[in-house]
Amino acid sequence: MPQNAASVLDHNRLFKEPEYQSLMEGKKVFEDAVPDAKVKEVEDWTKSWEYREINFKREALTINPAKACQPLGAVLAAAGFEGTLPYVHGSQGCVAYFRSHFNRHFKEPSSCVSDSMTEDAAVFGGLNNMVDGLSNAHALYKPKMIAVSTTCMAEVIGDDLDSFIKTAKQKGVIPEEFDVPFAHTPSFVGSHVTGYDNMMKGILTHFWTGKERKANNSVNILGGFDGYCVGNNRELKRMLGLMGVDYTILSDASDVFDTPTNGEFNMYAGGTTIEATKAALNAKATIAMQSISVAKTLEFAATTGQEVVELNCPIGVTATDAFLMEVSRITGKPIPAELELERGRLVDAMADSQAYLHGKKFALFGDPDMAMGLTAFLLEMGAEPVHIVCSNAPKGWEDKMQKMLDASPFGKEAKLYPGKDLWHMRSLLATEPVEFLIGSSNGKVLERDCNVPLIRIGFPIFDRHHHHRFPIWGYQGSLNVLVKVLDKIFDALDDGSRNDVDFDMVR
Amino acid sequence: MSADVKTRNQELIQEVLAAYPEKAAKKRAKHLNVYEEGKPDCGVKSNIKSLPGVMTIRGCAYAGSKGVVWGPIKDMVHISHGPVGCGQYSWGTRRNYYGGTTGVNSFVGMQITSDFQEKDIVFGGDKKLDKMIDEIVTLFPLANGLSIQSECPIGLIGDDIEAVAKRKTKEIGKTIVPVRCEGFRGVSQSLGHHIANDQVRDWVLDKAESNHETGPYDVAIIGDYNIGGDAWSSRILLEEMGLRVVAQWSGDGTLKEMEKTPKVKLNLLHCYRSMNYISRHMEEKYGIPWVEYNFFGPTKIAASLREIASHFDDKIKEGAEKVIAKYQPMVDAVIAKYKPRLDKKTVMLYVGGLRPRHVVGAYEDLGMEVVGAGYEFAHGDDYQRTTHYVKDGTLIYDDVTGFEFEKFAEKLQPDLVGSGVKEKYIFQKMGIPFRQMHSWDYSGPYHGYDGFAIFARDMDMAINSPVWGMTKAPWKK
Repeated sequence: MPQNAASVLDHNRLFKEPEYQSLMEGKKVFEDAVPDAKVKEVEDWTKSWEYREINFKREALTINPAKACQPLGAVLAAAGFEGTLPYVHGSQGCVAYFRSHFNRHFKEPSSCVSDSMTEDAAVFGGLNNMVDGLSNAHALYKPKMIAVSTTCMAEVIGDDLDSFIKTAKQKGVIPEEFDVPFAHTPSFVGSHVTGYDNMMKGILTHFWTGKERKANNSVNILGGFDGYCVGNNRELKRMLGLMGVDYTILSDASDVFDTPTNGEFNMYAGGTTIEATKAALNAKATIAMQSISVAKTLEFAATTGQEVVELNCPIGVTATDAFLMEVSRITGKPIPAELELERGRLVDAMADSQAYLHGKKFALFGDPDMAMGLTAFLLEMGAEPVHIVCSNAPKGWEDKMQKMLDASPFGKEAKLYPGKDLWHMRSLLATEPVEFLIGSSNGKVLERDCNVPLIRIGFPIFDRHHHHRFPIWGYQGSLNVLVKVLDKIFDALDDGSRNDVDFDMVR
Repeated sequence: MSADVKTRNQELIQEVLAAYPEKAAKKRAKHLNVYEEGKPDCGVKSNIKSLPGVMTIRGCAYAGSKGVVWGPIKDMVHISHGPVGCGQYSWGTRRNYYGGTTGVNSFVGMQITSDFQEKDIVFGGDKKLDKMIDEIVTLFPLANGLSIQSECPIGLIGDDIEAVAKRKTKEIGKTIVPVRCEGFRGVSQSLGHHIANDQVRDWVLDKAESNHETGPYDVAIIGDYNIGGDAWSSRILLEEMGLRVVAQWSGDGTLKEMEKTPKVKLNLLHCYRSMNYISRHMEEKYGIPWVEYNFFGPTKIAASLREIASHFDDKIKEGAEKVIAKYQPMVDAVIAKYKPRLDKKTVMLYVGGLRPRHVVGAYEDLGMEVVGAGYEFAHGDDYQRTTHYVKDGTLIYDDVTGFEFEKFAEKLQPDLVGSGVKEKYIFQKMGIPFRQMHSWDYSGPYHGYDGFAIFARDMDMAINSPVWGMTKAPWKK
């Protein structure tokens, strides 16, 4: 009997004990399991060129995609506003999934309600659910704003949010003046990134439409769907503070998903205030840190007369330079010496470590902006991206990426795979191996199957803690990314040389 | 519990109800109560639609079918049929462990979806499904079958997945099971369990032909999802007492095991809520009796082993006694180590359809007391069964809302809350130790004697972590 009170064995060790190993072996009889040799043969075949070709011929089947659905993004966008309760009109299971998805990524509470539509709503529409839902949510959770998005159920039956919300107000279940911005977020269009965009546009449309713009010298920042919003937004605030810029981060979830454990649960910590959101109409410009993630919102901002600036997840020196120079150009504020010092320190760190990255071959996957940002950073380090998968790439992504790759001698080998999934990536890694893989926790099965170390940068990060607390944007954020990549490279060197002469003390 | 506690709990219920609009308060009042000893149930209504807008913790029928019942069957490919999200959010999060090589002869840890686009909604998804099945057969030749797990749109756009399943089954010669578990059906995960059970009945058992050798001690484990390896730490005891476990439903289970089950002598049912349906069916159709058992905590484990053995001859009865005796010293050592650290500590539970009652004994074995309990998706028969476990005066909350749960815990100040990931961080912010009781908080197994040691260790580390002493800044104390 392996178990004992003095040193309790959990699943990590228990099932490696001979009693359990023989139990599992014995069970195979009832499974009519194929012989191990056959399994191995098929496994090898799944890693062959022949399999790769069949795999890439897929037309209908999606296997292990790196994308989620629209309302997830809508919930994140909504969560970043002061006192705001994200509300999803449709089936309740979706909200359970969105909440747990954010719980697992941030290791934080995630507040969001559903109006629990069931069969009768499928037949008669979800108006009653909306009326009761707004009434209950308003009474129980006392939000300052309720931001409504939809599940695919509500979209398929064609519920009209605008009229439903108006009806609810007419019935008096919530005050007429209470803010209920909304966005239709069908799960069968785009991805979580699209939903973020739609909700953000919905909120700004709600506050800006019909209002007169009195342009000032401030800038708006749109983070887009960002799993690092806690660390990134704080870093943005620090940098913009150093510059003395008047700014508004539109949807700032940095305090929402980082509340203290102090004996009280604060459902509505931080967030962009409603006043600031209204006033943001007057900004001189809106800067999108991830422009693909807020494409429609940017179009809307442009219609108000604001200048719009498109960035793509700025990681690295050049991308951060571009961000700061844009801010400086728009506001007329110089980039302070302090930030220039930080820049120099980042370049210093990159110079110290470049030999370990130069020429290293990488595969990466992630959201469209994230994939651009990471690629730019790798090229800057002299590393060579080889396979780049973006399951939710919109039109135009490939061209933008190709341009970036063409401009660098280190981008020559890279191939882009828009709309492909991580099972495609498996074939790529098995047939054309690379040294490292960058992506979310979903990449860990690739790490196992293809023996390629995974550097966890992306969303979601489920199996490592607290990464979201550290920025990946700005000079400091880029330093974090550099260290993350280097640590994995050094671990791999050590792992590969444990019994060799070059198990070096100094690297 | 004292009269004071009962009065306080009743007052607490009134207090939370006061926060609701009148119509909602009236409805919620039926789901909250204080257990009165001697009553046949817990005095709450259940399995009723959740109120809109209240932050129910419940999920949907798809979660009950794909996430719970079908998902763990490892030799089948389970298609999340519809948009990408449902399969994405439920990918690898339930911790139902399984053996085999993922993507080669086991397919549990994969997200396989039809990733519906607008055109699929407009023109229907049957053709896409047809093609997907062909692609699956080519890419995963060792898969023994497929299931089609319907997401919301399927039932709304008039797709005929049954017709596709029938046609393709003939074509490919493998079992294909269509499951109408659209998320809008029913009021929680529970209907998804039921629908999933019915599809096992109609599309697996009815068509099953298994000529395997049978024996006098053949049993099946029903309703164990092998969370953190639970089914394995249960199976080991059953085998040690002399039984032959032919099938695991459905943790680390296979289609092949399911097909063999109609010939077992006894079905052993752990999660009553999610698999009583198929157990009843097998009793009616194949004459297989079933027995509920509880492998949480040594008291209930021993009682269950004896109960199971009572359906067999002396050899098995002696086997059960031997198993109980074998593990007793380890159990004694675990209790000696942890009980002094956990004695008299109070617990509030809110879990799925089984655990709020099933784990009570394990807590009591460690000297702990359950002061509040509720279920996400229980039915009346679950609340009846709960009376065998909970004490007089226990606060009962069915389909609790986020608001209620928080208020209840604030007032009851339990030493531990056991619930899900959506609740975990809320209570921890409040300074209340917490363990996830769906996923075992990434630990486990908790079933069986081996699992009890882990359970005890985990409850101790949650409650007695030094971190809880630091939630208030010393200058504010």
